[in-house]
Formats: sequence, structure tokens, C-alpha cells
Amino acid sequence: MSLFRGAWLIARKDLQVEVRSRELIYTTLFFALSCVVVFSFALIKEGRRPPDNAVAAVLWVSIAFSGTLALGRTFERERQGDTLRALLLAPIDRASVYVGKLMGLLLLMSAVELLLVPLVGLLLQAPIFRAPGLLFGLVVSGTVGFAAVGTLFAAMLVRAQSRDVLLPVVLYPMTVPVVIAGVQGTTAIFAAEPDWATAQICLAMLVSFDAVFVTLAFWTFAPVMRE
Amino acid sequence: MTAAGVGAPCDFTVVTVNDVSRHYGRRRALSRVSLACRAGSIVGLFGPNGSGKSTLLGLLSTLLQPSAGTVTFGDQSAEVWGDPLRARIGVLGHDLFLYADLTARENLAFFARLHGVADFDGAVDRGLAAARLTDRANDRAGGFSRGLRQRLALERALVHAPRLALLDEPFTGLDDASAGLLVDRLRRLRESGAIVVMATHDFDLAEGLVDEAVCLSEGRVVGMAREGGTLRHRYRAALAEATRQ
Repeated sequence: MSLFRGAWLIARKDLQVEVRSRELIYTTLFFALSCVVVFSFALIKEGRRPPDNAVAAVLWVSIAFSGTLALGRTFERERQGDTLRALLLAPIDRASVYVGKLMGLLLLMSAVELLLVPLVGLLLQAPIFRAPGLLFGLVVSGTVGFAAVGTLFAAMLVRAQSRDVLLPVVLYPMTVPVVIAGVQGTTAIFAAEPDWATAQICLAMLVSFDAVFVTLAFWTFAPVMRE
Repeated sequence: MTAAGVGAPCDFTVVTVNDVSRHYGRRRALSRVSLACRAGSIVGLFGPNGSGKSTLLGLLSTLLQPSAGTVTFGDQSAEVWGDPLRARIGVLGHDLFLYADLTARENLAFFARLHGVADFDGAVDRGLAAARLTDRANDRAGGFSRGLRQRLALERALVHAPRLALLDEPFTGLDDASAGLLVDRLRRLRESGAIVVMATHDFDLAEGLVDEAVCLSEGRVVGMAREGGTLRHRYRAALAEATRQ
């Protein structure tokens, strides 16, 4: 079976489970939207638009924190019933398991971001339609980078007792470049005088980060899953 | 379920464990274990808790690697066979490897597809019938009792007609009728040419079912008489002898 066929089967199963339980979509969406609402109350004074970098930070903090929530639960499901072991026993390349879980997580985070970005535009008065292609590229590449590293770490920690505490501890230092590039690039787009060059450099950095970390995770997943 | 794919690209008729040891850090789980399991036979693994039965099943499933010694499937190791070998192995674990939010049918269909079963609809229907869950095929597995989940998990492990079936405590949670049906199922599996390796504490059900009994104590194989008394008596005698030595 090809790597992507195996990955698609696993991602489709994750979606099937999610459609049935709707546990992750509701919790991550609620968390992400709560973040934006709380920050909007804190940042908007007398109807004035908050600073551009603060708006960008709210967006990326919401993405990162809600993504962490989803990451933990995605692998918690595989721990119940020890189904991760069943996936590792399947006659597929073990990288398929990684790619499948990554695809499932990306679909979930994308669904959350579809509501999150317009809400940031609405509540924090961010000009999200100023450069929609560039903003889309930043959000997508940032999400891929965050999820690529997060999926690997969440899989590594699935058998650790204190995995809920350890995941953010190991994940955030590794994904700081993603969040910083995301915030800088988004700030450059949202600024009163947009800095397109900075936004493009940040996008290039995120794409490079994605390439490096997806490749690294792809190759290290099988060895780290060995018992 | 049909015979275990004789002549399939990756196939074997004997699994050999040769002088295998397995350590977890400084703890020794298995020490210099050797045994051979042949097609068309049921091998029973017996031993007290913590004696190394599950570790041995883990090694046979390829999930664990030996610290020393070799496990060969036919004449090749798992590394040489690669991923396709796992299509010939079915595992019923202590945990049941089922998704609670998926229905019985969805669970079987997912694992059948993942194992590359060509006629997966047929395989799923046969699995549901064997588990006697056809009328509950569209119920969530999480809503089943332990016994029903155990039956479903067994069919999940066998949905791809594996050559090597590894069963860890397959009788757990089963009522008398279900246990009897499982015994019949295992006999059919043996007749189909599968190699069945089963760890169990249920001597009454294993009596007359297993072709070879292997007793483990503190990670070592303990010699067990082939004849003379019931399986339980022979097992106790073997353990008593091991304790004396």
C-alpha cells in the first residue's frame, strides 16, 4: 500500500471519529474563539483599533494554543484501546501513520482557522482582505509547521505519564520560530503601511521551516515509535 | 474466514524464536527463549503474571525487537520481510485495539482496508457474522459490553486472514457460550493452516485445544511434560520444578 493511501485511510478514520464525537472541533473552536473575544475586550479601548502587532499576536496565540489542545486529544484517542499499536502493526510504512495523523490535525485546525481569522478581522478590526493570498499563505504554512512538529512530539509522548504537561514544554520552544515568523508576517500585512517585503520573507521562512521539519519528522517517526 | 493465504507474496509456515532475550533497561523480561510454531497448530503460552508471555507475543508481532537472539518468519527475519510481513500477522492484545466512537462495521472496515484486504466488504460481513454482531453492526463499539468488544476485537485481529494469529488472553470477558464458540473458531483457524499463539490462564478451555504448551517462568521456558495429568497439573508441576531449581 502506498504511503499516501495508508495516510489517507488514517486521516479519514480520524475525521470519521471526529464527525461522530465532535469533541475536538467544539473544544478547540470554543478555546480559540474565547481567546479572541477576551483579547478584544482587553485591547479595544473606546472603539480604537488595537496595535497591529497585538492583533497578529492574538491570532497566532489562538492558533498555537488551540492547536496544542487538539494535538493532545488526537493522540489521547489512539491511547484509549491502544489503537496506536494497532496502527503500527498494520502493513504500511510507519511514516503513513505520521502523515495520516498530520493530515487529520491540519484539517481540524483549518476548520477552526476558517472561523478564527474572520473573527479576528471583525472583533479586532484587522484588514484581513488587504492581501488575502499572502495572509492565507502565512496561516497555512504556519499551521503546517506547528502541526508537523506537534504531531511528532505528541506521538513520542503518547506513552509518557505526564504527556499533557510535557507536550507544551517541548513543543513551544521548537515552534517559537513559526509563531514569530507568523506574527511578524501578519503584522507586516495588517500595518497601516503594509511591508510586503517583510511579509514575503516571513512566508519564505515558514515554508523553509515546514520543509525541514516535515522531512525530519517523516524520517524520525518510525524510530521514535519503536518500543 | 478462509485459509491463511498460502502462496501469498509474503508467507511462511513456521515461526522460530531462537535464543531470544529481551530486557527493559536492567529488567530482564525474557531470557534465552527458544521455540518453533508451525502452521496448523495452536501453541499455548502459560505462566504466572509477569513471566514474559506478553513480551514474547510482542516480539512475535514485530512490535518489539529482541535484545539478543533472533525471531524468524519462515527463513527470514522481520527486517528482511519488511512492512508486508505485518499483513500476515494478526494481534489480539490485552487492550482491544478498537475505536470506541466507530461502529463495529466501521472498525472492521478500517482495519481491513489498512491491511489491504481486497474484498473488504465481504471480509467485514464474515467478521461480523463470526462475532455474532451482524444485528449490531451499526452500533458504536464503545457501547458494547466487554464480552462483545472481545468478540469484535478477535475478528478485527483476523479480518485479513493472517498466517500468524497472536492472542493475548482471548477468553477474557467471554461467557460460557462465547468461550465455546471461540474454541471452535480457533480450531477452524488451525484447520485453515494458521499458526495460533495464545497466552491464557484458562486451563480448562485450553485443555484439548492447544497442540503445544509452553510454560514461562521469570522469562525462561520451563520444561512441561507432554503427558500425564491435566494441563493444569502439568503446568503446576513444571512451575514447582522450576522453583526447586
